[in-house]
Amino acid sequence: MNFPLSVLIVPSAEHPWTYLVFALIGIAFGYTLEMSGFGDSRKLAAQFYFTELTVLKVMFTAIVTAMVLLFGAVGLGILNFNQVWVNPTYLASGILGGLIMGVGFIVGGFCPTTSLASASTGKIDGMFFMLGGFGGAFLFGETEKYFDNWYTNAGYYGRLTLDQVFHLPVGVVVLLVILMALFMFWGAEQLERIFGKKDLTKEPKIRMAGAGALVVLALAVVFIGQPSFEQKYSNVKITRTVADKPVIFNADNALEQRLVQVSPAEVFKTVYNQKVNLVMLDVRAESDYNLYHINGAVNVPLDKLQRIIPDLLAEPPANSVFVLMSNDETAATSAWKQLVASSVPNAYILEGGINNWIAFFGENEKFQSAASTGSDQLQYVFPAALGSSYESCNPDPQKYEELEFEAKIKLQLQRDKSGGGCG
Amino acid sequence: MTALTKKSVFNRPEKPYVHPYFGGMVLGIILFLAFFLTGNGLGSSGATSRIDAAIEDSIAPSHVDNTPYLLKMAGGDKNPFDEWVVPVFFGALLGGFASGFFNGRLKFITTKGPNISNRTRWLMAFLGGVVFLYGARMARGCTSGQALSGGTTLSAGSWVVMFAIFGGAYAMAYFVRKLWN
Repeated sequence: MNFPLSVLIVPSAEHPWTYLVFALIGIAFGYTLEMSGFGDSRKLAAQFYFTELTVLKVMFTAIVTAMVLLFGAVGLGILNFNQVWVNPTYLASGILGGLIMGVGFIVGGFCPTTSLASASTGKIDGMFFMLGGFGGAFLFGETEKYFDNWYTNAGYYGRLTLDQVFHLPVGVVVLLVILMALFMFWGAEQLERIFGKKDLTKEPKIRMAGAGALVVLALAVVFIGQPSFEQKYSNVKITRTVADKPVIFNADNALEQRLVQVSPAEVFKTVYNQKVNLVMLDVRAESDYNLYHINGAVNVPLDKLQRIIPDLLAEPPANSVFVLMSNDETAATSAWKQLVASSVPNAYILEGGINNWIAFFGENEKFQSAASTGSDQLQYVFPAALGSSYESCNPDPQKYEELEFEAKIKLQLQRDKSGGGCG
Repeated sequence: MTALTKKSVFNRPEKPYVHPYFGGMVLGIILFLAFFLTGNGLGSSGATSRIDAAIEDSIAPSHVDNTPYLLKMAGGDKNPFDEWVVPVFFGALLGGFASGFFNGRLKFITTKGPNISNRTRWLMAFLGGVVFLYGARMARGCTSGQALSGGTTLSAGSWVVMFAIFGGAYAMAYFVRKLWN
């Protein structure tokens, strides 16, 4: 019950049938567009003169149908939303690109996929649009370098969904979108009656039942809600090779068997591993971080962790490995649970925390041991809050060239975000 | 091949288009299944870029390696076709053809407004294609990859793109009304 299927997220030559699945999806897609009339440019252009609003009706019916099913499946816990591609938000290039597309739409009479349905059924204008499309995409590829910075950065918000924008539960947003769509359908029919002289009494009555069903499903999505932290955490699966066989552990087992607690020596060596982009997240309070932290570690106090999870999912390169650290392991472990429950890949814990790091690398530091220490407290007294300026914060790679440790980091490549989606 | 069989294959009785709400519902179920099984939605404009990149890579590989946008798709030993959107693109062509075939709509015709010539229509379709795909690559997705797929997952950026597409088209519609009316 783990959808989407990981083998299908990125098709690969290892499993040639995965390409076939996408081809079948494409066939169904093209078939539906053609049977809805999108091979005919007049039907598409009529949208913008209010005589026939087929484009709006098909598009929004498709969006709300897919949306209510998708968030229903997420709510029931059978679909992992963190594995679903959500187009990252780039406001500037999105708005300008959208306006340009609109102009191309009304001048050319198609959008890219409808031109495929048109060209493949022999419509000559559809073929010209497709041909022009290759020219347009070519021009973009050649000119993007002149505004690369604007294209990659202007108005960038990463993976941002409407429920986060409006601070509403997902189900409520789904319900509101459906109500908006139904209102638009009603408006579209009125426009067709006025501008297109259409007789609405001949429209099938069953569309009212469809509208009712959508609202009921949306209410069900609101009622089911979205999966809790505990549900998501209990679904976490971690695969490790034991005696040449892949074994699947659940998250608590992985913690107990210490599969994800990484020794200071391994973390240190990983800093210099070119294949891995190491991200060290120090989840202690800022005061402890200021006293002493490992060079390169970023301070994200535990209570602020939730806020950066969307960025951890969307932004860093695919070869990123996250190592969480606190003074011992308590806070780092609860941070780890949050990350894995949110499907952040390659999350690990610094074994024994900062205290263990100092014990391992800090033999020259002569820190005094703290008199009495509670759980997850620093066991050392520092002469000053020097942050990462102590020698052991950035150990000498030559001095520690030969280190023995049990390698626990297993890099699992997530999907390549740069090529994903339509972009 | 007799004239009769040829006729029965390519001149099947033309069936009417399905009702828009029905078509939309079927499309929505396909879109949901795409997300449910693969985590990806639908798309096509990405494939247009990738086909371009493949052609450029076969003619001038060093140019591809020096152009940042193309580098991501076809740089070095990367195969620009190795992406889900490519089989979806070719599938959509095949699917459109299949629907045209079964519904008797396979004909070499030009769909256009009543007051323009075929040549004008072809020129405008070509120009529209150039402009649309330029915008689609800038917005990182077209009506499928952004509006349909991103709209479904509630991506904030995709809803903005969707309204920008409609806004651009409505704003321009008055000035090109002779093309369609």
